[in-house]
Amino acid sequence: MSGAESAASPKQDFEKALDQSDTSVASFDTKEKSFLDRIQHFLHGNPTMVPVIVLLASVVVFGLLAGSRFFSPFNLSLIIQQVSIIGILAAAQSLIILTAGIDLSVAAIMVLMSVISGKLAVEMGVPAPLALLVAFVGGTAAGIMNGLLVTRIKLPPFIVTLGTWNIFFALNLWLSGAQSIRSQDIDSAAPLLKFFGNNIALGSARLTYGSILMVVVFVALWYMLNKTAWGRHVYAIGDDKEAAELAGIRTDRTLVSVYALAGFVCAIGAWASIGRVGSVSPQSFYEGNLQSITAVVIGGISLFGGRGSIMGALFGALIVGVFQSGLRLAGVDVLWQVFAIGWLIIIAVAIDQWIRKVSA
Amino acid sequence: MNPAVEPVLKARGLVKRYGRVTALNNADFDLYPGEILAVIGDNGAGKSSLIKAISGATNVDEGKMWLDGKPFHFNSPLEAREAGIETVYQNLALSPALSIADNMFMGREIRRSGVMGSMFKMLDNKEMQRIAREKLNELGLMTIQNINQAVETLSGGQRQGVAVARAAAFGSRVVILDEPTAALGVKESRKVLELIQDVRSRGMPIVLISHNMPHVFEVADRIHVHRLGRRLCTINPKDYTMSDAVAFMTGAQEPPAEAVAA
Repeated sequence: MSGAESAASPKQDFEKALDQSDTSVASFDTKEKSFLDRIQHFLHGNPTMVPVIVLLASVVVFGLLAGSRFFSPFNLSLIIQQVSIIGILAAAQSLIILTAGIDLSVAAIMVLMSVISGKLAVEMGVPAPLALLVAFVGGTAAGIMNGLLVTRIKLPPFIVTLGTWNIFFALNLWLSGAQSIRSQDIDSAAPLLKFFGNNIALGSARLTYGSILMVVVFVALWYMLNKTAWGRHVYAIGDDKEAAELAGIRTDRTLVSVYALAGFVCAIGAWASIGRVGSVSPQSFYEGNLQSITAVVIGGISLFGGRGSIMGALFGALIVGVFQSGLRLAGVDVLWQVFAIGWLIIIAVAIDQWIRKVSA
Repeated sequence: MNPAVEPVLKARGLVKRYGRVTALNNADFDLYPGEILAVIGDNGAGKSSLIKAISGATNVDEGKMWLDGKPFHFNSPLEAREAGIETVYQNLALSPALSIADNMFMGREIRRSGVMGSMFKMLDNKEMQRIAREKLNELGLMTIQNINQAVETLSGGQRQGVAVARAAAFGSRVVILDEPTAALGVKESRKVLELIQDVRSRGMPIVLISHNMPHVFEVADRIHVHRLGRRLCTINPKDYTMSDAVAFMTGAQEPPAEAVAA
């Protein structure tokens, strides 16, 4: 069936004129684009560039404000180290947010799993690898629980994870008795738990294994989301769940797998957090849930799902780290750091909305 | 239609209720090999519910269905698709932020050969883009520069074209089209109608749901008139006029007895 043939055989009377229809490609006068228009178009085509630009700009600004102390290799590696745990949680959070969900329980799962592995390895004498395995299985199971509540009982992810956040936090306090496991006890009983606190010295920079782990987690998830069919399905579900279902995707099964994977990533975070903090503390990372959402939002991933790159969340986490470090080195009070992060969230989403308005 | 020929798709006594609304009330359905069957009916007559029942998108409350004489029961659109029934839904079931190629291969992606495919599940984007481009060209409906364009950047007609191309490319037993020309201009509608005839000439039966009487009477071999949740009658477009059909489907006129029996 060719175009010429089809135009030659209209069946309805009013279609006769199609024979003479114009076949040239349409062209229009375009008005001169302003510089702002060009930026808008560029960012629309390259959404991950927004957090990258903000990250670079903030590094430059704080470098000027705080001088060489900020730019020292030690400080830069410290920033990466400081954001590594929230970064890993933000990776898990990104998975959920890409499906148009939200997970308020990521940090609670992580802390609970660090307590479980600590309890088992340090206080009950279970071999450390086995204790960690229990934590990985537990984290995945916690994610599956969230996923099943979302898909089977059809509850909004916000409500499900608001509930499980409290449940996991209470379990964590119960299991730990609200007591930390001391650093020396971990060192003598199960040094493997603190593996990710080790570092590689590069000059004065201290690159911890935990920092490297964070990057590895992001690269692995980026690959899964962008290079596999599963990743396409995650985006399709976040975009329009009903359409994805009709197009033949097992949406519920995929959603449960997303929550399970997020839980597993939280368990990875649990192991890394023991190395980062040095001890197992049931009270740590209480704000981690919201901080992970902050990183994701600043990274330009849409809360409505289906849009954004997981690498944005990595840059988002780094932006928060750069702001905190830069403001601290510039001698600004902690409360103003929080103030700045608040504005950062609002501005990030405002820019995101502006970019989306571009007519492609 | 020769009664000795076994229908490709047959349904008897389908009932579907949504709360207190009855969408299908003892509906019957027959699709014979190689034919274009048009389904017409007023808004709310239950056409879409009928289509959703045979394409696996909804579970019926009662009734039986047969594909090639074998009873079947689809729990999801995926199962219907695996059985060779492809459907273009009214809402098109496309993901706006994903590319044309991604959408065409949604749920049936092609992986790389070798270790990258089997171990690392890596997609073969080049191959999928090549096939997608080929299918769209076959359809001749596209003036698309870039197969990696997001579907949301396409016009309504182009989106429809992508959805129709997807069904035509992958359907092996039955293709179901729900209002395929509703969003299209004169020229694009003509292309879709030709595509429909092209698909039939390959021996594949088609179910066409449409409100456009000229289109229905032009391409359909038989017309299934749906009214108040059930099949009212089946007519041959050569024996009746468009106004007859409209009269049947709106209840202005009783259908002839032999058409009801068919």
